[in-house]
Formats: sequence, C-alpha cells, structure tokens
Amino acid sequence: MVDVASLSAGTEARRRDAAGPSGPRPRHVLSRRNIFLYGTLIVMAVYYLLPLYVMIVTSLKGMPEIRLGNIFSPPVEITFEPWVKAWATACTGLNCDGLSRGFWNSVRITVPSVLLSIAIASVNGYALANWRFKGADTFFVILIVGAFIPYQVMIYPIVIILREIGIYGTLTGLVIVHSIFGMPILTLLFRNYFTSMPEELFRAARVDGAGFWGIYLRIMLPMSLPIFVVAIILQVTGIWNDFLFGVVYTRPDTYPMTVQLNNIVNSVQGVKEYNVNMAATILTGLVPLIVYFISGKLFVRGIAAGAVKG
Amino acid sequence: MAAEIAKPSVSIQDLSLNFGAVSVLQTLNLDVAEGEFIVLLGPSGCGKSTLLNCIAGLLDISEGRIFIKGKNVTWEEPKDRGIGMVFQSYALYPQMTVEKNLSFGLRVAGVPKDEIAKRIARAAEILQIEPLLQRKPSALSGGQRQRVAIGRALVRDVDVFLFDEPLSNLDAKLRAELRVEIKLLHRRLENTMIYVTHDQIEAMTLADRIAVMKGGVIQQLDAPQTIYNRPVNRFVAGFLGSPAMNFLKGRLEKNGDGWSFVADDLKIPLGTYQFDGQPEAGPAVFGIRPEHVSLNSGTGWPFSTAANVEVVEPMGSDTLVWLQLAQQKFSVRVTSERTPKNDDAVTVGFDPMRASLFDAENGSRI
Repeated sequence: MVDVASLSAGTEARRRDAAGPSGPRPRHVLSRRNIFLYGTLIVMAVYYLLPLYVMIVTSLKGMPEIRLGNIFSPPVEITFEPWVKAWATACTGLNCDGLSRGFWNSVRITVPSVLLSIAIASVNGYALANWRFKGADTFFVILIVGAFIPYQVMIYPIVIILREIGIYGTLTGLVIVHSIFGMPILTLLFRNYFTSMPEELFRAARVDGAGFWGIYLRIMLPMSLPIFVVAIILQVTGIWNDFLFGVVYTRPDTYPMTVQLNNIVNSVQGVKEYNVNMAATILTGLVPLIVYFISGKLFVRGIAAGAVKG
Repeated sequence: MAAEIAKPSVSIQDLSLNFGAVSVLQTLNLDVAEGEFIVLLGPSGCGKSTLLNCIAGLLDISEGRIFIKGKNVTWEEPKDRGIGMVFQSYALYPQMTVEKNLSFGLRVAGVPKDEIAKRIARAAEILQIEPLLQRKPSALSGGQRQRVAIGRALVRDVDVFLFDEPLSNLDAKLRAELRVEIKLLHRRLENTMIYVTHDQIEAMTLADRIAVMKGGVIQQLDAPQTIYNRPVNRFVAGFLGSPAMNFLKGRLEKNGDGWSFVADDLKIPLGTYQFDGQPEAGPAVFGIRPEHVSLNSGTGWPFSTAANVEVVEPMGSDTLVWLQLAQQKFSVRVTSERTPKNDDAVTVGFDPMRASLFDAENGSRI
C-alpha cells in the first residue's frame, strides 16, 4: 500500500516547485479595460445627473442669486421659499393654490387607472395564454396593432364619445381613457408571462377541478408578483407623466399635475421664476422617481424573469 | 388484437384528433380492462401523450367517443371524468406547501375538512411523504416531487390514473426506484392505470399490456412478452429491445416442401419458423434479436454459419459482438466470459423459431 503522508508531501513539493502560473489570475485595478469601462460609466452618469443638479441648486436659490447667471454654482443662501410657493401658492389661470390641486387630481387619476387597467389586462393575458379560444390569435393581433395607431388619430373621436356618454371633462372619463390605452402593451406583457409558465401546471389545475377564475386567482396570481410589479411601474409612471390626455380630457379644476406644471412654467405674464419652476418640476417628477427607487430591484427581476423564460 | 373486454374501465372508440389539416390520431380504438396497467409506448411525436390528454379531457377530440367506467365522458370536463393525472414536470403548485398541493383539488370540490385530512394522511402514508407535508415543492428533490405529484392523483380517489412520462425528468437510479414503487402502488390500489412513456424498459417492466404507437396509430397491443417475441411489424420489432434486433435483407424462397430465407451466400432453412398465414416467395426481411443468437456453441443449432468478429462492445454484464453476415451488420449478445477478440473466426448459431420475418415492403410480419 502507498504511504498517504508521503504522497501528499510529494504533491505539496510539486506545487511549490511549479514555475508556471497557479491559482487565480491577478487583476490590475488600473488596467486599460477598467479605465475605459469606468470612464465611460462616469461620463454617462455625469451627463444624466448634471441637469438634475442644476435643477436642485437653482430651486434652492432666491431670484437675485439666479440673476447672477452662474447656474452651476451652489446656492449661497439656501431658501425653501420656491418649493413652498410651487406647492401651495403658484398661480395657474384663476387658481392660486399651486401644484397641490394637480397632485391630488393626478393621484385620483393614476390609482384607479392603474388598478383597472392591470386587473383587466392580466385577465386578458391569462385568457389569451391559457384558454386558447377560437380567434384568440386574431384578437391578439388586433390588440397589438392597436398599440401602433398614433394617439393623435383617436383624440377627437374619443372626445365625442366621452361627450355623448356625458363624462367628458371628468376624472372618470380620463381614467377610462388611460385604462383603454394601457391595454395593448399590458396584455402583451401578461400574455407573454403566462405563456412562459409551464403548461402542465395549468393542466394539473384543470384536472384538479379548478375553473377559469379558480386557476387565475389561486394558481396564476400568486406566481406572478414580478410581472405585476413591472406592470404597476409602467402604468404609474406612464399615467403620472401623461400630458396629452390630461390636457385634452379634463377641465382646469381637474387638470393633472403635469398640465398644471406646464401652466406654471409656461405662464407668459410676469417674471420667469426659475427657482419656482425648478421646484415644481422636481415635485412633479418625484412620484415616478420614488416608485423606481422603491421597486427598482423587483422591476429588474420582473423584466429578467419575463426575458429568461419568454 | 386481443379479445373483447367485457366491462372495460376505459374505452376509446373511433377516436380521431386533427390539428387543422394535421391528423394526430386516426380512428383509434382501445379498451382497457378494470385494474389493468396499460403502457402507451412510442417514439416522440407518435401521439401517445396526445391520446392521454384526450382521455384526460385536456384536449378536445375531433371524432369518436371516450367511456370511463361505462360513462360517456367525451364532452365532460377533466374533473368530472374520475381521473387523476401525473405529469412529467410534476406540475406542483410552487406557492403551496405539499399538503396544500395535495388538498387543492379536494378544496376546489368542497370536500369537508376532516375528509380531506383523512385522505391526505392515507396518501402520505402510502407514498411515505409524511415528513414533507409542510414543505414547499422547491425544497423537495425530484423523486420527492414526483411522489407528491402521484399523491395529488391519489387523494382524489379516482378510478383511472394517467401518467404522462412521470419518470423522464429523473436520473437513472431514481427512475429505477420509482418504477418499482409505481408497480407496488398498482398492486396495492388495483386501479386502472394508463402510462405514457418512450422508455421500453419502463414499458416492459410495468405493463400488463403495451400499446406500441406510431404516427397516431396503435401498431400492436399485447402483453409485453408477446410484443417482444412476436412483433407484428418491423417498426415494433426495431423499437423494442436493446440492443436492437438484427435485420437481414434477402428473399423468401421455396425449395421442395420447405421455405428458406436467402441473403447473398447465406441460406437459412425455416423449418421451425411459424408463419402468420401462407408465405409467398419474394423479398423479405429476416429479424432476430442479438440475445437469441449464440456464438461458438457447437453445431446443434438448426442453423449455424461461420463469421469473423468485427468489433466488440463490452457492456458490463454482457458483450455485444458485431459481425458481418451476408455482407450485412449483425450483432450477437454473449456473456462477458465468452467474449471473443477482434478478427476472431466464430460460429454463429440460432433457431429460426425465435426469428421474425417481415414483408420487405410494408414491414408486416409474415
């Protein structure tokens, strides 16, 4: 029998004697690759962050300081006056209660639109993916084609439809419009996600006796948190940022935040209050920003889950 | 086909299924006896899984009728057919514990709670998954998952079990283990079971009868030994058996009052062969399994001839020896101890009684 101790000692000696490379390859921090990679990343980050920096800095300055014209210099006297004014007292048309009115309008538009559109689209996607009814493909194609028709074409007909129904200018009308226009992309999203789920799962549930709603609520829903997060983010940011539908389908007292922001920034009379404008813009953009920060990780995971399985 | 079954558990009558212009199953008939274990065997794309899905009610059929326990279930929903199904990918609900997976169907059907608990306890005991009941499927191994999947069919107290390649996702060792367990389960429950597989070992070991399928048509429906020994056509002969059956191309000739098979300089007298009806002279294919041929074992065989070894394939328990016979490849299975060397001169002997003769054109048994 071979002596185990001497065998391992021999291996040890061989390892020490070896002149060639061994173990992990050394990495140089300042290699050309790293400089190039991080250099590009930093330049891109600065490019996108600089405007935000200018906005924040300007919004914290008083008007005299702004008139000096050094837009990159940090504020000498920090003031929150512009933020308060933008939120509470800035005038748009007849109303002088700032963006607050628009903010609550936007909330009242976004929340029901998001819930309604996602609820309908997820059922749509589920039906298209799992219950292959006759004409499902045709229906799907029509829905997708709908996504490519420019909104401008549909604006006026929808105005007439809403007027005839009697909900033109109300928040309800806008909620319905948002829900309908979210349908193609959301249905596509959900359909692809549900298609990527193993079909045998669906079959097993059918053998177990679950019906259309049973399978949707008890099997599919609990498995699709990632895609719901993606849909919520898409819809919240999309509807919150919408300007076109907001300006067309609402009246001044029901304007969403974006329309109000435009009215503040683009008002022609008086001095241009850059600091108030900047503060108002940041306030308006805050909601999508917060949504991204909170759900960023889930968002990426959801997109990736769809991508890998789809 | 086998004799009529008086009271079939599952009866499929003239079933056809078309996807558009593609015909997947063609006027298929199949009667499964009460408590029988039927295996649907065939290469991928032969329609065996499709047939199973039709029986389960997961696919709408184009024509024909399906009876389960004497009840016409052709238009019934899967849940109303009295079937339980086990899938290849287990298809466990990932967000539910094992217990919830097992009870899902019962909860949907509104079975009382204590009844559910009783059935789960029984299934868990039979399948030995009691310690796993509170785990999620993701925390189980493949074999455990498949056990749970079988349990899900078990708790539903059904008449017919349908298995759709249940062992294909498992490694070889687990597959062999679970195969035995399924066989034991069948002995214990005595339910009717219909089992789809492409694995001939599973088919041979499990089945009371095997239905070999190809192109949406059942080629042969018989006991495993019959299918193995007397395949009805060349497809069945080639599909079953590993290593595969030897096929020699040649002619069937009549000389005197006997028949013989002639290929090149080889002449095999068929005195002991049982013909399926009246043979006719003409081109034919002679098939014999490698394990029915003997090497260097004297001249006591009804037919023997000399040949040279070309290649030797050792397979552990035995060895496959490849030769040339009548300018065609021919394999012989021998025990490891009797393995010849490459280029050895050997004698090949066999009894034509164990062979199968096929029509050269349509491949059916002569």
